[in-house]
Amino acid sequence: MQQIINFLIRYKIFLLYLFLLFISLIFTFQSHSYHQSKFLNSANYFTGNIYEFFDNTTSYFGLREENESLLEENERLRHQLYNRKTNLTNTPAPIDSLEKNYTLVRGRVIKNSFSDLRNYITINKGRKDSIEQDMGVITAKGILGIIENTSEGFATVQSILNEKSNINAKIKNSNHFGSLVWDTKNYNTVQLVDIPRLVPLTIGDTIVTGAMSSIFPENIPIGTIKKFDLDKSKSFYYIDVSLFNDMTNLNNVYIIKNLKRQEILELQEETLSNDQ
Amino acid sequence: MINSSFFINILRFTLLILVQVLVFNRLNFFGYINPMVYVLFIYWYPIKENRTSFIIISFLLGFFIDIFSDTLALNAASTVSIAYLRPTIMRFVFGVNYEFQSFKLNSTTKAQQFTFLALLIVIHHVIYFTLEIFSIANILLIVQKTLTIGLASIILCLLFSSLFSTKKE
Repeated sequence: MQQIINFLIRYKIFLLYLFLLFISLIFTFQSHSYHQSKFLNSANYFTGNIYEFFDNTTSYFGLREENESLLEENERLRHQLYNRKTNLTNTPAPIDSLEKNYTLVRGRVIKNSFSDLRNYITINKGRKDSIEQDMGVITAKGILGIIENTSEGFATVQSILNEKSNINAKIKNSNHFGSLVWDTKNYNTVQLVDIPRLVPLTIGDTIVTGAMSSIFPENIPIGTIKKFDLDKSKSFYYIDVSLFNDMTNLNNVYIIKNLKRQEILELQEETLSNDQ
Repeated sequence: MINSSFFINILRFTLLILVQVLVFNRLNFFGYINPMVYVLFIYWYPIKENRTSFIIISFLLGFFIDIFSDTLALNAASTVSIAYLRPTIMRFVFGVNYEFQSFKLNSTTKAQQFTFLALLIVIHHVIYFTLEIFSIANILLIVQKTLTIGLASIILCLLFSSLFSTKKE
């Protein structure tokens, strides 16, 4: 017994070091495979308020460009609105489906990151604005990511520039869908995989979100095809998609809530459990 | 005397965290270079202090940076490691001198100070990027990130340490 205590006293610093290292390694490896930790993220009261304060003071510098991009968006939406009657016959306007199934909340990015392997964005809307995990986040130009954690007033978003990100996407005006992933190399480019090789592709084709996801509405723009190649199995394409969004310069975002998501998930679960 | 060094350390702790997360984490030089200047805390921390509290404080430093930058415990793991290894590195760089009571960081040569700082930063970055990337297949990426970001960190830390050199200690 004496010897054990002596041992502990002699190596107490080493043991303390091992203990602290062990704690941090557990957190790290959890985050590699699993969701971001529930408590240790920048959406808490303390860090959120510091980031918001900093953002409030710096956001004035970009107001002119921000106005410009909001005007552009308004222009596009008005264009859609005024031309709605004429193309009502061929395609239903996306506005209609948005009204029924989705609600939007606007928010602002207070912390952005794009240089890590697992990038998270913090926004200034949280539980009190009824933001929950697994809601989609978009900007006027295209998709941004999925809500990962929320606190009372803030939320973190798992950016599409995250090696854990996996979003259903398809080629516009076709129904060939694949998964949107990121190879961590370039913040302007993401990858679309699992598109079968028989699909005709052209460089410059637009990639949009697919209908398989219960998070994003269909047909939200993502980017255009930059280059494509066959993957190792020679039966699927590996497509580089250059993003519409400038991921280094984000300000205003919209958070999308799918009102039917609960219903969809319950139905899928029921089907699966009936199967077994 | 104890009080003043205590307050200086608290001030450094807070300021380095804020500077790191609000300025240097947003730098994105060449798209991905975000120098880590908070390693200076380990470099500046008084030598004669209790090792147990030093390791715990270093862990907290890394931990706060982690919470701000959503990296979970990467910074905490690498910071606590260099805090633990610091006496070994110092013995390697400064020789037996460092054991004396009268030893001061300022009384050493510039080359020794540089080696000490560089070793701290290199070890920190190797641990950090190995844990972040965590695959042998991407070992080139680990090396590349450690070298480029490490170089940026060393340059900035040198600038900072000469800017705020502590003549009194």
